[in-house]
Amino acid sequence: MAPQNLKVEVISEGTVIDHIPRGNWLKVVEILGLTESNSGTLLIASNVPSKKLGRKDIVKIEGRHLTEEEVNKIALIAPKATVNIVEDYRIVEKFTVEVPDFVEGILRCPNPRCVSNHEAVSPKFHVVSRDPLKLRCHYCERTVEGDDILKNL
Amino acid sequence: MDKTDWIGRDVVSMRDFSKEDIEFVLDVAEALEDELGKKGSLDYARGKILATLFYEPSTRTRLSFESAMHRLGGSVIGFSSASSSSVKKGESLADTIRTVERYSDVIVLRHPLDGAARLAAEVASVPVINAGDGSNQHPTQTLLDLYTIRRAFGRIDGLTIGLLGDLKYGRTVHSLAEALAFYDVELYLISPEILRMPRHIVEELREMGVEVHESTNLEETVPKLDLLYVTRIQRERFPDEEEYMKVRGSYQVNAAVLRNAKESLKVMHPLPRVDEIHPEVDGTGHALYFDQVFSGIPVRMALLGLTLGVL
Ligand SMILES: [Zn+2]
Repeated sequence: MAPQNLKVEVISEGTVIDHIPRGNWLKVVEILGLTESNSGTLLIASNVPSKKLGRKDIVKIEGRHLTEEEVNKIALIAPKATVNIVEDYRIVEKFTVEVPDFVEGILRCPNPRCVSNHEAVSPKFHVVSRDPLKLRCHYCERTVEGDDILKNL
Repeated sequence: MDKTDWIGRDVVSMRDFSKEDIEFVLDVAEALEDELGKKGSLDYARGKILATLFYEPSTRTRLSFESAMHRLGGSVIGFSSASSSSVKKGESLADTIRTVERYSDVIVLRHPLDGAARLAAEVASVPVINAGDGSNQHPTQTLLDLYTIRRAFGRIDGLTIGLLGDLKYGRTVHSLAEALAFYDVELYLISPEILRMPRHIVEELREMGVEVHESTNLEETVPKLDLLYVTRIQRERFPDEEEYMKVRGSYQVNAAVLRNAKESLKVMHPLPRVDEIHPEVDGTGHALYFDQVFSGIPVRMALLGLTLGVL
């Protein structure tokens, strides 16, 4: 086991999301709906040294196995995240987050004149580039990238 | 591609158009124009109703659509300002569309919000044609511009085209430039420094293989052009009056500017103009802007007829 994993308590059963950009753990928790009181214990490690990212966050969710589909929702803020499913202290499944072609309901459109900010409709975006991440609003056709993505999650 | 591919299709954004789509619409429009010229009136859309929902006034566009529908033998209902409609009572766009689609066979929408037409098209079971959604798209303007060019020159490929004016904020020129990129054209972008075409559009044009030149000097560029597309420069884009007056003076298309132009040069403008084109140009062989207004009719007839499935 790599030394940095010792910084967070090992979980017996659940999901470990690794390689979250530093500072984004709370957004990850919010997007995955893990703020409810019945969603199990969360173990958070923030500002952990990382070869890939410099500094990273790790979120461990006890007692819950997230599906690939659920985890892909965090692709916009943690496109390089890796996910481990743990059972009985052992990793039984491993996958990486994938940025989908189409994103619905996660991001708000930053354009105040966009119809999605005025009518009862869930905002939708087409992914036009993955690295760097760039999205185009399905309605107003403006592109969103960088900080504007984070600010509108 | 044939006409059946178009039945029920929405016309929301030029992004949804391939070159094949564009050429198809222009071909249909040309055939309709010829047929209309021979017969005087057509009755393809007899018994069909167009609803024109104009949440902000744009008299020219509305009249053009309504005229096109009448020329096709159909009829028109609608409203031309949001204040006179249920909108004022706070009804959502989606609900208005769900109501109006029960009164009509095709909807033309003009709306101040970006993306309104896309939303309306998702909600409606009848085809929706975008007549301008905020600062986003106005696809029928682009198609009628292309139609005008093709009608005047017999082709679009091989032309050297200048786009003049507010290239930074002008929706019309952005959309036209992107559509022209489907063709083998050379583009001259002529504007004051502060109103240059956004970088991402220039890059996109170059990636699509267009030779793009940028210039601030109209007089120097004019002799190279087959076509000059003029747009308005708005006063509110400038920090002060003096700066604006200077720019306005140096970008007016008049007899002096056109002195060294090719004899075959054509000048276009989406109208209404203020003083970007001097009236002395109107009587010359260069003026194409009134033909351009007429092009709206066959192009909109084609789109109405195709989406209704009556052609
Ligand atoms: Zn938008």
